[in-house]
Order: sequence, then C-alpha cells, then structure tokens
Amino acid sequence: MSDVLDRELLWLVGGVLGVLVISSIVGAVLARRVTGDAGRATVANLNARIRSWWVMSAVFALALLTRGVGSVLLFALISFLALREFITLVPTRHGDHRTLLWVFFVVMPVQFWLVWNDWYGLFAIFIPVYVFLLAPTRSALAGDTERFLERTATIQWALMISVYCVSYAPALLTLEIPGYEDGSAKLLLFLVIVVQSSDVMQYIWGKLFGRHRIAPTVSPNKTWEGFLGGMATATLIGTGLWWVTPFAPWEAAVMSLVIALMGFAGGLTMSAIKRDRGVKDFGTLIAGHGGVLDRIDSLCFAAPVFFHLTRYFFGA
Amino acid sequence: MTGIVAACVATLARLASGVSVRCVGDSPCRDQCIFFANHCSHLDFVVLWSVLPKDLRERTRPVAAKDYWEAGPLRRYAATRVFRAVLVDRQGSNFGQLRAQMDQLIEALDAGDSLIIFPEGTRGTGQEIGPFKSGLDYLARQRPDVDLVPVHLHNLYRIMPKGEFLPVPQLSCVSFGPPLLLQEGESKAAFLARAREAVESLQP
Repeated sequence: MSDVLDRELLWLVGGVLGVLVISSIVGAVLARRVTGDAGRATVANLNARIRSWWVMSAVFALALLTRGVGSVLLFALISFLALREFITLVPTRHGDHRTLLWVFFVVMPVQFWLVWNDWYGLFAIFIPVYVFLLAPTRSALAGDTERFLERTATIQWALMISVYCVSYAPALLTLEIPGYEDGSAKLLLFLVIVVQSSDVMQYIWGKLFGRHRIAPTVSPNKTWEGFLGGMATATLIGTGLWWVTPFAPWEAAVMSLVIALMGFAGGLTMSAIKRDRGVKDFGTLIAGHGGVLDRIDSLCFAAPVFFHLTRYFFGA
Repeated sequence: MTGIVAACVATLARLASGVSVRCVGDSPCRDQCIFFANHCSHLDFVVLWSVLPKDLRERTRPVAAKDYWEAGPLRRYAATRVFRAVLVDRQGSNFGQLRAQMDQLIEALDAGDSLIIFPEGTRGTGQEIGPFKSGLDYLARQRPDVDLVPVHLHNLYRIMPKGEFLPVPQLSCVSFGPPLLLQEGESKAAFLARAREAVESLQP
C-alpha cells in the first residue's frame, strides 16, 4: 500500500464517481417525469438511495486513502453499528448483559485488532472457537436459564455475521499475493464494487422486469428476472475490472459470479431473519436503505468466501 | 457553559441509545406539557429529554428523586444545572409530604416549564407497565390547560437494566402520542387507567 494513489485506483474511484453522477442525473430526470403516487414514492426512495450512495462512497474513498488503518477503523465502525442493530432484535435477557458488554467492548475490538496486526491464525478462529465457548459460559454464570439456548445461539449468530464476516473485508488488505504487492486496497474495492453493483443491478432488473418471485414468503422483491439479470451484470462488471485484480479475465469472471451469488444468499437469509423478527428493516441509519445491516447483508456473506478463495488459489 | 454541557449530554444520550423518534397522531406538544412515560431504566428521562427540540428541552424539567440526585457533587450538578430537575423527596408518604411534592411540580408549571414524570413511581422490570400513581391525576385537575402527552420508551430496559452501570449498545425508540384530556366527570381511577393505556398503546 505504499503508493495508494496509483493510476488504477484513480480510474476505479473515477469510475464510481461517474456512475454516481449519471445515477443522480437519471434520478433527477425520473423525478420530473414520473406521475402517480406509487411511482413518485419509488422514485423518491430511489433518489434517497442515490444520495446515501454518495455519502457511503465518499466515506469509503476517504478510508481507502488513509491506507490500511482507515479501512480497518471504518469496517470496525460498520461492524459496531451492525452488531447493535442485530442485538436489538435478539431475545437477550438481563442475564446476558455482562456477556454483551464483553461482546461489544472486548470481542469486537480484539477481532479488528487481530486484522490490523495481520494475525491470521487467531483472526480466523477467535470468534468461531474461543468466543463460541466462552460467551455462553459467561451467560451461564449469570444464572438465568430461561430460553438459554436461543439466547446464546442468537448472540453467536450476531457475532458471526456482524463482526466475524465483516472483518474479512479489511482482512483482504493483509493478503500477500505474489506479483500483486501493494494492490490489496484495490482487491477490497473490487469486492465492494462487485457486491454492491450486484445488489443495485438485482434491484434495477427486478423493478424493470421482475415477474416471478423466488421466495415470496421471505422477500417479495426478489425475482428470478432480478436475480439472473443481477448475476449476469455484476459478473460482467467484475470481469471488466480484471485489470485491477491479480486475476486473469476468466478468473475475475468466476470470482465475480461467486461474489454475486454469495451476496444474493446474504440478502435472502437476512430477509428471512427480518421476517422472523417481524421488522421491515434492521434500522434507520441510512436514508432509503434502512439500517447498516440492510446495506451490508450481501457483503457479509461474500467477503469471507472471496477472502478464502483468493487466499487459497492466489496467496503466497 | 452549562448550555454546552447540556447539548453534549443530549447528543451523547442519543448516540448511546441509538434512539429513533415516532410521533403518533397530532403534534405532541403545542406549548407547555407534561410528558408522562413508562419507567424501567436509569436512561429513561435522559433519553426522553435528549430527543426534545432544543428550545423545548431547555424549558422541560424531569422530576427525579432527591435522595439519589443529591448524593455527590457530580450528580447534584447534573440534576440541578444540566437537567434542571425538580427534585422531590420520595421518602415521605404522609399527606403533608405528598402535598409538598405536588406543590413543587405546580410551581414549576406556573413558571412556564414543562415536566417529565414517570407515574409508576419506580422502575419496573421492562415487561408490564405498573399501575399509575395519583400525582398525574392531581396535576391534570389543578392545571387543565397543560397538555398531557403520553410517551412510550422502548428497549431502554435492555440497554441498561436495573442494577447495571454500563449500557449495552442497542437501538431504542421514543413514541409520542396525542395529548390526553381529562373528561367531564371522569374519576381518578378511570383517568389513571386511561393514561396508562395511552402509554401502553404506543408500544411499537
């Protein structure tokens, strides 16, 4: 990461900027043209989403420019906000209070500290092994056994999704790939661009052509048309970005498809959780999108798989 | 200086409680009001106070227990200067002492301030809302021009349960309902029950 402002990174950032400008223009034109209440509501939500994209892109760009530390801090903050949203929906009781204090103020910071220190051996097992065993022990010490299994299982789930999986995104910066030294910031940007464009493309294809629902009881907005169009477009976008990655074009295509598929799996699974808990969104922090978890559900599922595939096939 | 401290405390309370605000029905407070809410956490009045618009917040005084808030200089500073709390003596239970408490509240209302009160009288377990004590009814009869605004505080109990000293970050919700009016010939018990239901019905 010695030369963060390299030409390829600037092209990427410029590309994102271009897409944002075009989206804002399209949004403004639609706002003038659209008629009818339902149409207006959709366009108003679309424009709120686009405005939030500007903010999110700016924050992410700033984090990348401050080199590794900014990215680790940004994803630690995202992780904190996501964990807070998740725990709100979990049926914890007074007996979990001290456990949750450990979870928020020790486990979460330690996980990101491990990422920052490039301690892969512990980073990969800290939450699935040590916290998995010790957090329930702390709750058991508090003595409240009512719905104990449900409480401990959901706390572990909250940690795995909001902390463990999210921490894989900045962990990409620690990967050592022969012939791709100093490039890992671009790998992170590649992941985020593919996973988020897959989300956006599924939304656009679904809004334009969506007819056949995939899982109507889970998410009425997920259609086969949106899914196929989104996967195809995200794969094309990812393939077109092969030059910023250590991958050959066909490898970039496979990686993009895997990222998009995992992203879809994340969106679907997290929708099922929201249905189960009886909420529409995880929160209200990001206008037009809902909570932080609503925005990163796909990233949570894609980041660990992308990390391990890249590490296994391309790592030193 | 105290104004800056108050603004910081309000911001901190909103951040720590991840609070969102819901207004059900009419605009909650036109001019002067008594906010009455369910009570289950130390965070309750701070969070309710912190979500009020600045000019209203500066004129709104929480009603709090004297023995707790006068223990130690920091608490006393917070209670008297930052929140401008009306500190009442909760030890007394005879008629004269209750009357003195009520006079303090009436005095604050007559000075033009709004109040935050918790009619359950003490913190509950976060499940059921307890029965309301009669102070609310007394205030409603003595000062009928003041709006009685029901407020429901959601999830603050899980953020900071009774007996804990550090909050677990979670999201919470403050819901304001339409003001309640004392009806012609309504008995004390009926009014208190209706007030309690008004708070309960705001649960998101």
